Amino acid sequence: MATAQDNQTDTVTIEVDGQELTARKGEMIIQVTDRAGIDIPRFCYHSKLSIAANCRMCLVDVEKAPKPLPACATPVADGMKVFTESRRTVDAQRGVMEFLLINHPLDCPICDQGGECELQDLAMGYGRSVSRFTERKRVVRDKNVGPLIETDMTRCIHCTRCVRFLEEIAGTCELGGMSRGEHMEIGTFVERNINSELSGNVIDLCPVGALTNKPFRHTARPWEMRARKYVGTHDCLGSHLHYHTRGPKIMRAVPRDNEAVNECWLSDRDRYSHFGLRSEDRLTSPQVKVDGQWREASWSDALDAAARALKGAVETHGGSELGVLVSPRATTEEHYLAAAMARSLGSENVDHRLRLLDFTHPQAGRAHLDVPTAKIAESDAILLVGSNIRHEQPILGHRVRTAWRQGGAKIADINSVAWDFHFDLAERMIVPPQAMVDTFARVAKAAADLTGAALPEGKLGEYIAARQPEHEAKQVAGMLKDAASGVLLLGDQALNHPEAGWLRRLAEWLAEALEVALVVLPGPANSAGAWTAGSVPGRGGLNARSMISKGRQAYLLWDIEPDFDLADPAAARRALEGAASVVAATTFDNAVLRETADVLLPLSPAPEVDGTWINADGHRDTLQAVGRAPEQSRAGWKILRKLGELAGAEGFDFATLDAVTRQALENDSAEAAHDEAAAPFVAEGDTLWRTGEVPIYSGDNILRRAPALQQTTHAAATVCAVHPTTARRHGLEDAERVRVRQGEASAELDLVLDERVAPGAVGLPVATCPVSTLGAGGGEISLEALS
Amino acid sequence: MTDKATVSAVAGKAELLSEDTRREIDHWRAKFPDGVEGRRSAIIQALVAAQHQNGGWVSVDFMDAVADYLDVPPVWVYEVATFYSMIETEPVGRHSISICTNISCMLCGSDKIVEHVENKLGTRIGETTPDGRIFLKREEECLAACVGAPMMIVDGHYHENLTPEKVDEILDGLE
Repeated sequence: MATAQDNQTDTVTIEVDGQELTARKGEMIIQVTDRAGIDIPRFCYHSKLSIAANCRMCLVDVEKAPKPLPACATPVADGMKVFTESRRTVDAQRGVMEFLLINHPLDCPICDQGGECELQDLAMGYGRSVSRFTERKRVVRDKNVGPLIETDMTRCIHCTRCVRFLEEIAGTCELGGMSRGEHMEIGTFVERNINSELSGNVIDLCPVGALTNKPFRHTARPWEMRARKYVGTHDCLGSHLHYHTRGPKIMRAVPRDNEAVNECWLSDRDRYSHFGLRSEDRLTSPQVKVDGQWREASWSDALDAAARALKGAVETHGGSELGVLVSPRATTEEHYLAAAMARSLGSENVDHRLRLLDFTHPQAGRAHLDVPTAKIAESDAILLVGSNIRHEQPILGHRVRTAWRQGGAKIADINSVAWDFHFDLAERMIVPPQAMVDTFARVAKAAADLTGAALPEGKLGEYIAARQPEHEAKQVAGMLKDAASGVLLLGDQALNHPEAGWLRRLAEWLAEALEVALVVLPGPANSAGAWTAGSVPGRGGLNARSMISKGRQAYLLWDIEPDFDLADPAAARRALEGAASVVAATTFDNAVLRETADVLLPLSPAPEVDGTWINADGHRDTLQAVGRAPEQSRAGWKILRKLGELAGAEGFDFATLDAVTRQALENDSAEAAHDEAAAPFVAEGDTLWRTGEVPIYSGDNILRRAPALQQTTHAAATVCAVHPTTARRHGLEDAERVRVRQGEASAELDLVLDERVAPGAVGLPVATCPVSTLGAGGGEISLEALS
Repeated sequence: MTDKATVSAVAGKAELLSEDTRREIDHWRAKFPDGVEGRRSAIIQALVAAQHQNGGWVSVDFMDAVADYLDVPPVWVYEVATFYSMIETEPVGRHSISICTNISCMLCGSDKIVEHVENKLGTRIGETTPDGRIFLKREEECLAACVGAPMMIVDGHYHENLTPEKVDEILDGLE
């Protein structure tokens, strides 16, 4: 009874163009009409942004109102009658349109927005065919806001969607409305790049051609292109997107709406990465090394050579001497076929977890979600462990921000660098990597003290019991305990940590003890697909790190650049140099592959390939190839089919991909072969540990070649960053350059003092040129000042 | 709401602000609620204080200093500084003069006052005299002293019932 009454008071009935509509109290007219599919023109209103009501295009005639009202900012009232097509409505909208066009240049023929422009479309319906404005139009100087967004500010109609997006969604407040009245300009005032990792969305939001896609500029018209479905392949979320293609070429990427995945947003990484596919160092023909010289070969000769090399090594040295390393960005089918071929040749050495250092957990590197990623935004307390979520998973970073901004969620983090987040943190525990396990275990101890939960048996429980939680640890544990929908989130840096197994076990126990959701987010794209397809070592098999450290006689490298994509580039080079045969299928030519491999097969990577993608949520997308691969490069599944057949592997005589997809998705690897857990590291003396983030635009071979992304400030030169106190303790206060040593590997780098880096840690990213001869992204490191 | 990355673009700039300026900003900040929106509200007065310290105008450095001191994104400060006519964003003369030309003053002869001042100083509205002595601010909207029209403001002080003679006297008295 009470509920029925509440419902009654919560809703109102309004009439729009004679049609009765039910609306929630407090809703705006436009929200009700949008839901009912009644069109009201608008420029500034956007369902994901705050209401500004400054364009006035949505003026509508409301009964009893003395003048037309903006539909985006007029709350519904019971019995309200709205007329969206009445004379008064149309007159008002026409009047607004005339004002908007006063200063808008009629440069549609040279404007990139032409053909998909909201102003152009509405001007067709509401504009006059002849302008009555004979005065001078104003001109606004264009702004340079960086390599991703082109500006033509004379076209701006001041809807402020971009300003509101950057303030509300991106959280960076990088644009504003300068001056006022006729002099108002949207801009940064001081020339500054827009650095948000979501900045490209202002292009989609801009209703005119003021903000357009810079690298795409002037290359195609909307009506020349076809929209092809695909997913983003640079993070574990797999944002839904459309690639717009003209003929064989991908011209640009735009988001494809999906509330459960990426809402209507796209990260810059997914938007601009495809330009990397056009890099000049694409491998376009098969290459075979004959007597130390590279020769271009036909596909059949190259495949013969590759099959011979792999088969020969297996026959001479045994199946266990074959190591198969697969880029996580491969399709699920490629993972399945690569693994099936290895197993058929007698090798369990298959892995896609290329950056991991610790394989002691049976699920090492695997995504785990107690709640879907979309629910992160509804959480009321979040603990980030080893995660720079803004860079690792930009859209999920936005979900965390939403939880904080809309729900007032409390957020804390345990990291080795105090990353710049777009939300406030209730607690921060910034500790060097060698103290991560200890710190996290102190939170666990505090949780045990708070809840009385029984500690786990064995070494883990003993370790927790021996910790002494301090104030912060107690605060963090309390924050999660008090949460109704808390989330404990392990990020990429926790998974790539040298003691990742301990961190994961602690997280599992802690999530259960505190009754919060555990969310584990691996960095790379299709790692969920890789697990499903069995691209992990089976019983007795070697994991990615052991395959390198223990050296195999033969390797199959699947779209990997050994100096960038493997955890320990120095060791990788040694292992490949020592191998009898190395076969590499690769998108791009790579110097280390040229030095160490025997056969290079040109590969078409995503999105040039048919295949299935599985995101961290377990959402499966079987997609068709977008864009034609250049010259002789081929889809991975076709290469593997032939290679498998020639190498004598079983089950490689399939004719279509469908059969493979079915098999690949049939099973799910329960767990991978894992190492014995060692005791946690005990910090002694002044040992420094490296904390190696994968830079946002360096995670894979395409990103590293995407020109626009590489020009952003996020792709700045790699430097070695330490806390000022670390510099003092190690006599580096005055050093500008340092020699960095990891075992036998060393490199010279610029040194930067950065208070965000935990004392005792050395912030030195991975996967960039200056560190491509160094060792692993985690573990001990030493610095020596260079004069 | 704020982003540490953009705030950090101006980190350390607050050093520019003198003790007096800081005290003035603190005084105004205390009048608004806690939190970032409250700090945002204090931007106008903070800019006025910074402008006073900097000799009548705020440079980008001073805007950044205000952003850093109030811990708000710099773009919010730029917006305010460029919006309000009482904040100057270019160097101006030592003395600032605003002659009201709104309706009451206009009806009482403000056009003549403007003409007289322009001729006397040899400089146009919106400009500063070559010796840097006097800055003629761009026409102001109503300054709420219609009862004493025509009127002008000299360095924050109201002067009403102006006549050319009275204006001469005031202008000649400026260092």
